[in-house]
Amino acid sequence: MIKITEKHIDVQKVIDTASSLNAGAVNVFVGTVRNNAHGKNVVWLEYESYETMAVAEIRKIIDDASHRWPLLGWAVSHRIGTLRPGEVSVAIAVSTPHRKDSFEACQYIIDTLKEKVPIWKKEVFEDGEEWVSARPEMAMKA
Amino acid sequence: MNRFKIRAFGITKDLLGGKDTIIEIRGTTVGELKEELSERFPELAGLKSLFVAVNNDYADDDRVLQPTDEIALIPPVSGG
Repeated sequence: MIKITEKHIDVQKVIDTASSLNAGAVNVFVGTVRNNAHGKNVVWLEYESYETMAVAEIRKIIDDASHRWPLLGWAVSHRIGTLRPGEVSVAIAVSTPHRKDSFEACQYIIDTLKEKVPIWKKEVFEDGEEWVSARPEMAMKA
Repeated sequence: MNRFKIRAFGITKDLLGGKDTIIEIRGTTVGELKEELSERFPELAGLKSLFVAVNNDYADDDRVLQPTDEIALIPPVSGG
C-alpha cells in the first residue's frame, strides 16, 4: 500500500497492512511534526506533493528494498496538507522473517524517501515561513 | 520556438509565480529548458538543487522533450 493523503494517518492500519503470518518481525517508522526549527517555534507545517511521481518514486524504493531484504509485507503512508506539531507526517512498516532485515529495510525506505520522493514541506513560524532545505544553510541565515 | 508547459512545486511555485507556467525555448532538451528558466527566473540559482522530471521520472539534461510530456520542476525535496 502506498498512500499520499490529506487525512490523519492510521498507524495501526499501516502496521496491519504490512504484517504477515510468515513474519517474525514488523518494523515501523513514524515521522512526526516537531514544534521547533532553527530555534524558533513551528506553528504548523504545509506539506505538498507531486502525487503521481511521489507514488512512482516510493514504488521504486520498495522494489529496491525488496531486492535487498526479504520483505513479506510493506506499507507507506505520507500525509500532505496542513499539519500541527505532534501529528504523524509519515508512517512506514515492513515485515520480514527476522528483525535485523526489518530494521535495515525500514531505515533504507525512510532515508531514500527523504532524499528522492517529490514531497515538500514549508515551516510556518510566528514571524514568517520557509521551504525546508530549499536553499543552502548559509543563505538561510543571511 | 518550442512551447512547453511546466508544473512547479514547492519553492519553485513561489519563484515562478504559479503552479503552471508556459515557456518557449529554442532548444528541446531538459538542459536548454533549465538555461531558459534560470535566465527568466534568476532566483532559481539560489536553490540547493533543481531537477526536472519528465513523465513522473527524474530526467537528465540531454533528455529531449516532446510536446506531450508532463514536465515538472523538482526543487530540493523535504518529505518525511
